[in-house]
Order: sequence, then structure tokens, then C-alpha cells
Amino acid sequence: MSTTSQLCTFFLDNQMFGIDVQTVQEVIRYQQMTDIPLAPDAVCGLINLRGQIVTAIDLRKRLGLPGRPEGQLPMNVVVRSDDGAVSLLVDQIGDVQDSDHQNFETPPETLRGSTRQLILGAYKMKDRLLLILDTNRVIDVTSVND
Amino acid sequence: MTIEDDELIKDFIVESQEHLSDVESQLLTLESQQNGVDVALVNKVFRAVHSIKGAAGFLGFEVLESLAHRGEEVLNRLRNNEMRPTSLVINTLLRATDRLKELLDSLESSNQQNVTEHIIALEALLKNPDDTSIENVLDATIDDCEEIESKSTDAIIFAVGLNVDIGSNTEVSSNVAAKTESVVTPPVPPKSTEILNPLLHDTAMTSAADSTIRVDVVLLDTLMTRVGELVLARNQILQFTGELGNSDLMRTTQRLNLITTELQEGVMKTRMQPIGNVWTKFPRLVRDLAVICGKEVRIEMQGKETELDKTIIEAIKDPLTHLVRNTVDHGIEKPEVRLSNGKPIEGCLTLRAFHEGGQVIIEISDDGSGLNLDRIKHKAVERGLISQEQAARMQEQEISQLIFLPGFSTAEKVSNVSGRGVGMDVVKTNIEKIGGSVDLQTSPGVGTTVRIKIPLTLAIIPALLVTSAGNRFAIPQVNLIELVRLEGDQSSKSIEWIQGAPVYRLRGRLLPLVYLRKVLKIQEENGVPPDTINIVILRADDRQFGLVVDRINDTEEIVVKPLSKQLKSVSVYSGTTIMGDGKVALILDVLGLAYASQVISKLRDVSLSESNSFAKESNGTQQTLLILGTGTCRRLALPISQVARLEKISKKAIEFANNQEVVQYRGKILPLIRLAKYLGIENAAGPEDDLLNVVVYIENDRSFGLVIDQIVDIVELALQINHPSTREGLLGSALIHDRVTDLVDLPALIRMLDKTVPSSLPSLV
Repeated sequence: MSTTSQLCTFFLDNQMFGIDVQTVQEVIRYQQMTDIPLAPDAVCGLINLRGQIVTAIDLRKRLGLPGRPEGQLPMNVVVRSDDGAVSLLVDQIGDVQDSDHQNFETPPETLRGSTRQLILGAYKMKDRLLLILDTNRVIDVTSVND
Repeated sequence: MTIEDDELIKDFIVESQEHLSDVESQLLTLESQQNGVDVALVNKVFRAVHSIKGAAGFLGFEVLESLAHRGEEVLNRLRNNEMRPTSLVINTLLRATDRLKELLDSLESSNQQNVTEHIIALEALLKNPDDTSIENVLDATIDDCEEIESKSTDAIIFAVGLNVDIGSNTEVSSNVAAKTESVVTPPVPPKSTEILNPLLHDTAMTSAADSTIRVDVVLLDTLMTRVGELVLARNQILQFTGELGNSDLMRTTQRLNLITTELQEGVMKTRMQPIGNVWTKFPRLVRDLAVICGKEVRIEMQGKETELDKTIIEAIKDPLTHLVRNTVDHGIEKPEVRLSNGKPIEGCLTLRAFHEGGQVIIEISDDGSGLNLDRIKHKAVERGLISQEQAARMQEQEISQLIFLPGFSTAEKVSNVSGRGVGMDVVKTNIEKIGGSVDLQTSPGVGTTVRIKIPLTLAIIPALLVTSAGNRFAIPQVNLIELVRLEGDQSSKSIEWIQGAPVYRLRGRLLPLVYLRKVLKIQEENGVPPDTINIVILRADDRQFGLVVDRINDTEEIVVKPLSKQLKSVSVYSGTTIMGDGKVALILDVLGLAYASQVISKLRDVSLSESNSFAKESNGTQQTLLILGTGTCRRLALPISQVARLEKISKKAIEFANNQEVVQYRGKILPLIRLAKYLGIENAAGPEDDLLNVVVYIENDRSFGLVIDQIVDIVELALQINHPSTREGLLGSALIHDRVTDLVDLPALIRMLDKTVPSSLPSLV
């Protein structure tokens, strides 16, 4: 059985993450954002994507990673969702990779906290691990947040 | 059939539907013209039916053609004044129109359908327009319309049977026999050449009314996204042009900028439709229902032009129809009941639509009996929807909401019109599906109002743009009452504190203040108070409060876009919008803001009103007065709330109308009143200044200009009138700042003037 899927990969705090390439609408450079006072912590602004208003979620904050170093501009991975497009802010964009399901493993028991619900599992790559995110849960900031 | 034919048929259907939708309202208008019809209007209807007849014949839809033909003949009589538009005539025509519509909807099988009952009725009308038995035929047949459709042969027999019943009318029965035959053997389709000419002729005649075209909504959506992209590209070009500094390029870019903005606005508006489009069918609906229920109902519509996104219009169509139905069936009483309750026989159903608080409100109200709250409570308990204890504890408002529960109906008997208990809950779910809400207010004997609030989603609303800590926000104009700007000294002095809550005295009333920075937790880094304070005075749920913002930018028409799922929980925003420069701005939800800052809450309401009354007690009648100087040393005062504007007007601008001094002011004629003269004060040849000080006063849409010598001051004080005046136009005198000041009674003064100013003049104003 040829159980491979294509993953769009990106980097956050030197870790490699991936999401199903089918859910990705486009990848764009840093865009100016409109601040949203009082918004949930991980929601960091609104972007005008060719007339469409897209909410940007900072994946570092969402995954509880340390803040982005100053001066480093994030990139937007725009994903499709039932509620329109949502942008995920990442440090750097990687490649589209074919990954074999044989190399897939669910997260270890030791992974705890809110992050565990956001990670579907990991692909064991040659030199590192590729963590697969549950896009639907990641963008649903209201339910899993603390 | 060839593709060409298909196209032709499609056009025919679309065109005929359009014709018929107009015909309905036109027939209703005709019905109201009992004493002589508007021939031009009859002609319009005639032409519409005629074109349908012509095209149907050409395309070989005989049944359709024959029905249209009979209708046309009746219309011809009307046109020649050989027949009066009695309700019988109009009824028969309306029903024939309905049948035509049905035929159009199922065009393929239209030739197999039966329209005999309509043809009989129309022919009988031609024979004898006052024969009321026609209606019986039609009523009976209409009631059993479904049956007729399913079994066409039965229907003929049925119709014949009926005519036997009313046997005395031999003409009609003989007609039935004739018609039964003619249906069995359809008329030979006319030669195409004969029919082509009138068809062409008619299209030319009606084309004037067809200033609109149909466009696929998907196409509009795509267009809108493309324009969005264009805006973005434009913004980038603008940026580059600024860097390059080439003046030619700059000019071209500016033009591009302008065109893009206009294009964007235009495309956004294409999706908007006035709500009147949905309402057009209601007069007919109400009329028909009223006849069935034996009631007299008049329908009134306000705010037809209120625009809504097309998708929303589609979504509210059915709920609205249902509510209108309900109102006629349950809301409005029978004529005799109304009469005994001292109400006019004719009930009134009012449809109102308007923008409020960034939402569209649609109200359906009647002047009927109102909801019977006791019965509702009783029924709800009986049906096990609520418990007895719950019922006992319920407030009136809560009880009226019970009717939105699934399976609820109080109707004693289930009528054809409504009352099957699958109504209001469906209305509610449908409205809620598009993010709206339904609310009901009722008072026994006076009437019921159903209020539907729909989010604008894509609706375009005027909004005020404000800035706070570098963030731009839009405030829907409907919530806006006024803007106050405090400068210098005022800014630090005029804001007072009640137990830590800032308030501002707005013309003597205490107005709670809300700092946008604080509500949104975007505090300033340095604590230096700004030297100007901008207060946006807003209304939320009948309460007013002042929102303090850093800067008030501008007003703009914005297109409201919904909040994404991630932001739904943030109550202070109602939506987002894209500004002219392509940036996103948040739309403030004024009500949410009021709650978030606790301007509205039960507790605060009490404490505030208490402190308010306290302020009133201690201060007596606190008023803000405008102090004027007239004549040598007379001082006059008038409440500033009566002053619309203060103007300086050049003496050269004074003209005369009817011996009265007037000036042109904002496109109107403003009569000038020399206050000194009217109050009998010696006018000591005031300052030889070219500019006159004029206080503009507006009463009942009429404005007056009071000419005074100087504006001395604005003071706020507790007023005590010491010497009531005996002179008309003055309230009395008081001591203000140690000077005796006469208080002007402006309304009285104007009344006095009405006698002296020529009566023709105010009507001009």
C-alpha cells in the first residue's frame, strides 16, 4: 500500500512542523497586521488578503513556544477552514515533503499539556522529527487555550 | 429541441416572470381606481399579458396562450372602460396571473395542464362582469386547486357540477360545455409570422422598463475578490510612486487610485438589494389573507430602500412571509371585534426596516389584540414545554418568548393560513442561522411587534473612524449621537469623578465616560494627560455614554465583514472592515463596549440615577446659558440647548423678502430678527462692524436668525428667576455673574413673531 501524503513543512523555534498540503491555500511573506485588543493570546492580528480578511494565529504562542526573536519577521501559511481562511505565523517555510506513513508515530505519553492535543504525531525523518499539527484544533483558539 | 430554442424558451420564462411580477402590483393599483381606471396602467398590464400570449403561441405552449388570451380580453374591456375594476374582476385576473406563473414554472408540461376554471371565470366575466357567481366557481376550484392539478379530467367535471348547482346561470354552464371541448382539442398554433411581429413590437415597448440585467452572483463574488486584489496592487504602486517622485507617474497613480476606489465601491454595492424587493409580494399576500380571514387589513411599509446583501434577502424571505401571515391571521382582530374595542375597522400591518447598531432591523407590527399571555402560559404548561412553577415565576417578556418554542401554538382552530404550531420556532431558527435574532413585544389590546435583527455581514454602513493608541476603529454611525472636543483648560477641568467613575457634564446632564484605551487595555506608555480630549457620545440600549478616544478621523462608508470564529468571543467587536488604504479595521460593538465597561448593568443603573438625582437636587435647575449683549447695556440669556448654531453674517448678505430682513443660509432663506427691536430695547447703534452676530434657532423645521450685538459668555449655573416677566418673549430676570440678565423665552418670541412676520415667509423657510 502506498500510504504517502504530502506535507507542507515549516519551522518554529528550530523544530520542524508539517501540515497536510491539501489544507494550505498559499504561503505569503510577512504582511502588515491590524492589532486586535482583547483578542485571545494566540490571535495576533488581521490581514487583508486580497480583499479577504484573514485572522493570523501565532503558532509560537499557540504551541507555547518562546517568543520570536526581535527583528525576525514571521511568514504566513494560509490554511483553508470551514470558517474561511486562517493564517498561521511561522518562522520559516520548508519544503513540500512526501512522507511515508510507515515512519509515523503518535506522540509519546510524556508529551503533555495543551500542546498534546494539537500534535497528531511525528514522522521520523533522517536527521530530525517532523511534527504533524492538527490544523482544525490549532485554529480553534477558543476551545483548547489553557 | 435545438439549443437555440432552449435559449429562446429560457428568455421567454425569465421575461414572462418579470412581466407577471409587475402585473400583480399593477392590478392591485387598478383595484383602487374604482372611479375610472388609469388607461396607461391598464395598457401596461395589457401589453405584458399580450407579450406572454404572443410568445407562448410562437413557442407552441397552447394552454398558456389560451389563458393569457382570455385575460387579455378582459383587460381590453377594462381599457375601453366597458368594465369596471371591481374586486371580482381583479380577483379573477389575479388568479389567472397566478396560474400563468404556475404554468411558466412547469413549462415543459404546461400543455398537459388544465386551466379550464380560469378560462370559464374569465369568459363569464366577459359576458357579465357583475355576476358574483363567478367567484363561487373560482373559489371552489381554487380551494381544491391541488386536486384539480392532479386530476385534470375530474376538475372539469367538478367545474361543470358547480355550474349546475348555480343552475340559473345558463350562460356560464353552456360555456363550460364549450370549454371542455376546447381543452380537449387544443387550438391550432398560430402561424409564426403572424405572431412574430407583435412580439417584436412589444419587446421594443417594454424595453424602457428593463434598465436592469441579471448577473450570476458567483460572477459578482469573483469580481469582488479581483477588485480586492486590484486595491492591494494599487496600494503597492502608490508606495513605489512616492519613492520615485516622478510627477507624471504620480498623477497617473492618483487617477488609478481614484478609479480603483470607485470601482471597489461600485462592485460592493452590486450585491446589495433593497428590502423592498422582498416586500413587493406582501400587499397581495395580505389582501388575499385578509379576504380569507374576513378581515380588513392595510399594509404600510417604511424603509423599503434599506439595503441588504442578496444572500440575506433570500434567507429572510420565508420567515418574513410567515410573520406577515401570522399577523393577519392571529394579530389583527375581526372587524366587529375591532369596532367594539373602539378601533378603526381596518387593521394596520406595518413593515419597517432600518439600520441600527451595525445591524439591520426589520419590524413587523400590528395594531391588533396583542398576545394573550395567560393563554400562552397555560398552553405551554399544557404541552409540557415548561413546568407549573416555571410558569409562575415568568416575567411578561419571557412569556411572550414562549411562542418561539418548537411545537407551540395557541390557535384554537388550525386555519389554512397559520396555526399549525410549526411557525415561530422555524422563523427563529432561520433567522438565527444567518446570525440574527428575533424579539417580540406585545401589549394587550394595542398590538404586537416582532423585531428581527440581522447582522449586516456585507451591508454597507456609514461609520465614524476613530484612533486610539495607533489602532483604528470604526463605530457605526447609527450609534453616534454627537462629538465633543475639550481643549486646553477644559480637558482637565470638565471631567469629574464619582467614586472612580469618570463623568462629563453634557448640557447639565451627567454622562458616564469610557476610555477606549482602558476598555481595550491598550494603555498609554507615558502617563501625560493629553491636552485635547475627544469624546464620542454613543447610544446603547437607550442609554448614553461618552467614549474617549485619541483622535476622531473621519466618516466613511464601510463594508461590514463578519468576525472570524477566533474572535467571536470578543464582545466589543461586531465585525471587521477593509479601509480605503487596504488595511483592516475592527468595528466596535457599542452595546458590547457598554457592557464591557459596565456602563450598562443593573447595579450601575441604580447608582448612577441616584447620583444624578442628587446632583439635580443640590444644584436646583442646573442650566447652561448663552449670555448675549444687546443694546447699550442690556444682558440677555437663553438656554444653550435652544441654540442651533452661532453665526457671523455679513451685513452685505442681507436681502429683503416681504419687508423682512433675510439672508441665504445653507440653501434656505433665514429670516433675521433684530432681538433688540422685538423686545423693545433701545438699540444703541451697535458696533459699526460689518459682521452681525446671529443666533440660529430652529423650531419645527423652521429656522430663525436672532441678531444680537455681542456674545458675552457661556455660563453653567443653577438658575433662579427673580422677577417673572410680564412682557411676552421674556421669562424674567435673574442675577448672572452679578448682572441683571433677562431670560429670553424663544418659543414665545417666535409665536409673537408669527403674528408680525408675513405668513408666507415661514413656509419658505
